[in-house]
Amino acid sequence: MIRTERLEKSFGKLHVLKGIDVEFKAGQVVSVIGHNGSGKTTLIKCILGMVLADKGNIYVDEKSIAGDFRYRENIGYMPQIGHYPENMKIGQIFRMMKDLRKNADVLDESLMEEYKLSELFEKPMHALSGGTTQKVSASLAFLFNPKVLILDEPTAGLDPLAAEILKTKIIEAKSKGKLVIITSHIMSEVEEMADTVMYLYEGKVNFYNSVTELKKQTGEEKVGKAIAKIMKESAHV
Amino acid sequence: MFKIAKYVMYDILRSKVLIAYSLFLLLVSFSLFSMEENSSKSLISLMSVVMIIVPLVSIIFSTTYFYNAYQFIELLVAQPISRSSILLGEFLGVSVSLLTALLIGVGIPVLIYAPDSTGFVLMISGFALTLSFISLAFFSSVAMRDKAKGIGMSLMLWFYFSVIYDGLVLGILFSFNEYPLEKAVIALASFNPIDLGRIIILMKMDISALMGLTGAVYKQFFGSSFGIIYSLSIMLMWIITPLLIALRIFKKKNL
Amino acid sequence: MVCPDCKVKQLTEALDLAADYDTILIKKGIYSSVNTEIKKQVVIMGENYPIIDGQEKDEVLVVKADNVTLSGLWVKNSKRGSMKDYAGIRVVDSRNVKIINCKLENTFFGIYLANSKNCLISGNHSKGANYGKSDTGNGVQLWKCDSITIENNHMEGHRDGIYFEFAHFCLIEKNLCEKNFRYGLHFMFSDSDIYRQNTFQNNGTGVAVMYTKNVEMYDNIFRNNWGDAAYGLLLKDISNSIIERNTFTNNTVGVTMEGSNRITFSKNNFASNGYALKVMANCIGDTFMYNNFTANTFDAATNGELRENSFKYNYWDKYEGYDLNRDKIGDIPFRPVSLYSMIIEQMPYAVMLLRSFTVEILNRAEKSIPGIVPETFQDYEPMMKPNVL
Repeated sequence: MIRTERLEKSFGKLHVLKGIDVEFKAGQVVSVIGHNGSGKTTLIKCILGMVLADKGNIYVDEKSIAGDFRYRENIGYMPQIGHYPENMKIGQIFRMMKDLRKNADVLDESLMEEYKLSELFEKPMHALSGGTTQKVSASLAFLFNPKVLILDEPTAGLDPLAAEILKTKIIEAKSKGKLVIITSHIMSEVEEMADTVMYLYEGKVNFYNSVTELKKQTGEEKVGKAIAKIMKESAHV
Repeated sequence: MFKIAKYVMYDILRSKVLIAYSLFLLLVSFSLFSMEENSSKSLISLMSVVMIIVPLVSIIFSTTYFYNAYQFIELLVAQPISRSSILLGEFLGVSVSLLTALLIGVGIPVLIYAPDSTGFVLMISGFALTLSFISLAFFSSVAMRDKAKGIGMSLMLWFYFSVIYDGLVLGILFSFNEYPLEKAVIALASFNPIDLGRIIILMKMDISALMGLTGAVYKQFFGSSFGIIYSLSIMLMWIITPLLIALRIFKKKNL
Repeated sequence: MVCPDCKVKQLTEALDLAADYDTILIKKGIYSSVNTEIKKQVVIMGENYPIIDGQEKDEVLVVKADNVTLSGLWVKNSKRGSMKDYAGIRVVDSRNVKIINCKLENTFFGIYLANSKNCLISGNHSKGANYGKSDTGNGVQLWKCDSITIENNHMEGHRDGIYFEFAHFCLIEKNLCEKNFRYGLHFMFSDSDIYRQNTFQNNGTGVAVMYTKNVEMYDNIFRNNWGDAAYGLLLKDISNSIIERNTFTNNTVGVTMEGSNRITFSKNNFASNGYALKVMANCIGDTFMYNNFTANTFDAATNGELRENSFKYNYWDKYEGYDLNRDKIGDIPFRPVSLYSMIIEQMPYAVMLLRSFTVEILNRAEKSIPGIVPETFQDYEPMMKPNVL
């Protein structure tokens, strides 16, 4: 589905990605973890085309994304903090996004409905709380029924109920054979949702395997502890 | 592109800043026109205002808007939309909004009090200046990642074109006063959209003064049909060039 | 009585037959008249503008007798050339000659009075031969004349509309001089003349008057004189004169003064000129009172310090002072010369920066800390509101 090839990226002197070779397949829920500055966000942004890689290639459905933008029709993205035009109302945002992305054959408005956003359609964006804004972002990511979902810290800022709705939605997506890439700091969530863990350390893939494999290798029952162990190991190398 | 422009416009047209800008221009224009019985004199004062305020507001407003819309642009970049459409859409949206403000704030009073060719040229010049300073604003916004730096750069650009450049011109003219400078002067005027915009208006306005010894040179050049085409195309360059540079940077920019 | 079908078919015949104090009536028709000399004191009247045609051979009519009256004639086609000032109607050494309601067309000079006195030139219309500046003469020219009245004439397309040399005690009233290649009015050494209610417009370089004293100009209009060296009115070596209630609009320069002394300018209206006033430093003892200056690009320019000139009670629309004691006179003086106008005098190309923000800043800086602008060029008592003229 998505494959990266010797992906490298520097910001000035800072070498953020040092050759990433990784493949994400349909039906996977991948949790990307790593320290701050390990390159998580950069990797996501590279896949989204927001950051252009210095070297290497990214293929989506075996097609290089360089110079292309249409491949993003297959991707739904939920940013960590969503910012929207201040003077627009929620309803208008949804209408606008639908207007801008005409590719959705079947709209998936279930999340929007579950969050009861249509009741808030007349509220301007600048009057919204952070949580509501996140609800909007999440609904938008799922709205177009994309094959790939990229969620950056999806549950941060959501109330427990809303977070739960989202998790269910993610698991449902997995069952539909979609690829979901999540960055998250909350290990319990990783445990709940992800079947694959990718651990980035200083711009390189330190660990990329299924959760079962992870548990087996480390001999830990809990994903959190397993990961902590890996982190410690890599730090000592 | 046009859809993005539509939403940008929608966003801006309701912002208080833009409404304040329109009202401010409207107030200034109406008070200038009603203070003077002679509409040509009001036009002169109005021109001074337009030459200072319009570029300043255009560049600062656009720069601030661009930075405030940064995350929105990020969101758009993650959508299946090309980057040129995004930037040009933003440009179009900001332009139409600011031009509308100018049309309301200055256009209506001019239409009421001075619906002649001078008023018309004043509007054309104001429009061109608005566009070229939005273009410059996009350039500095895209070139500078940091908001404060971007606004700083925009302010510097404005200050340079409004004040410093003319000071330099004075210096140059002073140093080379002994030489024939007709062509040099035309070139000097071309390198500053504000000077160019002003001269286009003055061609209509201060004909008597410009008909003086050297004024005649201006009149001959800028007053001729070739000169009008020339100044309009240079103005167009001032709109397109910064935007194109901004587009090049934006296409390779990491968001 | 002269007409194509009459017994007397030509003007020359009629003149031969006429005695002093006779009246010759010319009916409509075309009559050739090459250098016809009028030596008898006759009245020649045209009916329906008979054409008196000089056929471009010489002058058309030459008056050499006193008390001659010419009226209602259409004088055409004098010779042109630089050898002699060929005129449509020439008056030489005569008194009490009247030229009334004549039309002159394609004549090198229109009406030329030499060494004559007490004449009246009224209601004539002269259209110069449009053969370019060097090849056309003046509309009305006076040379060594005295007590001439020139009124209600319309002069266009000449070199100078009205030209005087050594003409004294004349009254010039209600004339219109326009589209002349050089000056609408031009005189030298012509003292004690009065100019009233004339209009001088769209002339190549406006109006220039020189080397004369005791000139009085009232209620004239000087407008639309544009060009490299154009002015509404140029005063060069004029002294002891009065210029009152005139209007100067849309001229490159409203009034230029060089070496002109003791002139009183009052109640004039200067509007929409490039420069309203250019006063050279060699002007002494002039007074400017109760004038209005509005919408001029520059109100005044000069090339140095002025001596003994006084500016008082003028209204300047650029004045930004205040009037605390409410006597309708501004409490702080006004300096009509801006720094920028000084700069332009030195560096003409700086006109490029006209009305720019930078120039505005410079002018204001100069106003708050004066250094370069002449100290003496000030109106100490500027009016807050326009003077009623």
